Amino acid sequence: MVSGLINANPVVYEKKERRQRPASIPDADEYSAEAIDQLEVFDHVRDIKDPEHPYSLEELKVISEDAIEVDDRRSYVSCFRVTFTPTVEHCSMATVIGLCLRVKLMRSLPSRYKVDIRVAPGTHATEAAVNKQLNDKERIAAALENPNLVDMVDECLAPSYA
Amino acid sequence: MDLDDEGSNFELKEIQTLSGHTDRVWSLAWNPATGTDDAQPVIASCSGDKTVRIWERSALTRSWDCKAVLEETHTRTVRSCTWSPSGKLLATASFDATTAIWENVGGDFQCVSTLEGHENEVKSVSWNASESLLATCSRDKTVWIWEVMPGNEFECASVLQGHTQDVKMVKWHPTMDILFSCSYDNTIKVWAEDDTGDWHCIQTIGESSNGHSSTVWAISFNAGGDKMVTCSDDLTLKVWEADIEGMRSGNDQVLWKHLSTLSGYHDRTIFSVHWSREGIIASGAADDAIRFFVESKDSVVDGPSYRLLLKKEKAHDMDVNVVQWSPGQENRVMASASDDGTIKIWELATSSN
Repeated sequence: MVSGLINANPVVYEKKERRQRPASIPDADEYSAEAIDQLEVFDHVRDIKDPEHPYSLEELKVISEDAIEVDDRRSYVSCFRVTFTPTVEHCSMATVIGLCLRVKLMRSLPSRYKVDIRVAPGTHATEAAVNKQLNDKERIAAALENPNLVDMVDECLAPSYA
Repeated sequence: MDLDDEGSNFELKEIQTLSGHTDRVWSLAWNPATGTDDAQPVIASCSGDKTVRIWERSALTRSWDCKAVLEETHTRTVRSCTWSPSGKLLATASFDATTAIWENVGGDFQCVSTLEGHENEVKSVSWNASESLLATCSRDKTVWIWEVMPGNEFECASVLQGHTQDVKMVKWHPTMDILFSCSYDNTIKVWAEDDTGDWHCIQTIGESSNGHSSTVWAISFNAGGDKMVTCSDDLTLKVWEADIEGMRSGNDQVLWKHLSTLSGYHDRTIFSVHWSREGIIASGAADDAIRFFVESKDSVVDGPSYRLLLKKEKAHDMDVNVVQWSPGQENRVMASASDDGTIKIWELATSSN
């Protein structure tokens, strides 16, 4: 049976328990000296909907808290590295998922944070090519000027804004 | 000279911040005909807000003001802008797949021509020294050469294929009609015209020739035109040299050779590099910093090496997309632009100890 989906029967996992957070106004963090941690970054992306299935990236184990690393080598620049695992090795949705992660974090984190996104090593057939595109900000900027692509991304991001 | 004295202390003084753009500023260009006794310095900048802004420094207050906003022409991000050598025309390259040519008609900038042809985003545009040719490049992997005809007409002279990916920048050699392009395919290509008027690639500088191992973002030549520096996502700057006399005598076989690789200085993508007429190499990177390098007089054995003169951390609040030295009379004045939406004017000065 040809369903048209890349991965018709994904494995769905349980969601991790959520830590209670005090309500915070997004822009308040812009100038706060308090550093943003892995869990906070994870909270921004865990509920993003997979482009093909009615499940979140967390439920499909595409993204997990451990896959977010803080890179604090430099005092003057704050960086995060986000590693995601596509559900199948030949997933052509990998770039869309990566784009969703990028857009959500761009909109949610203070602009001083740098984000590097990559697929988990060994989990994708064209890993280097996908990583290169996802980290070329000029390509990302051009892609986000494409209304169809933006609509697709926004649909995936909708559940993550709650 | 103070650049040779390794004990000299330099500092990058911020002269002014130019705000106005409502999105990231991708590039800027100093008008080459300004910055003299008669003409106040002028800068053009272009942005993700789809506009181009013209800034001029007031003779009276010495402060920079925005003189014009060129809008309602490009329908998407304007990625690159460059003045013609005479300063009379401005070319702007956009993600909307067009290149616009603007002329200053009595203080008003008008779009006098629109170059179409690329299949998708145009990334860069460059004028040759004699203003007879224009080059553009795009994500469609091609480089186009246009002939400048009378009456602001532009005719496509050649569509150059060869790059296997998105072409990020094109730059004409400062004195000769030789064109350079750099790409997402990690290579730099050199293009020249043969006797029959056909343009072709005379050299490809790839990884095997000590080239870059990731996207090459920019190219800049030294004043003499016998050296060039390139910057890349591979976190290095590479310096190349060629036999200029051989090039001048029309020898097609003259190749650019690797001279030096500056590694270990940058840990995020380097988007821009610019060589000043005095020999100071400035770089702008994704870690919000601006760095300056000069030739080190130390190593004579393997040829020149370069040393870090100064690193300015947090030059901007976000990625630095472009650094450009002023062509004007004032020495060591530079402009930079960033994802933070601002342009900053700087002066590289020796700090008093």
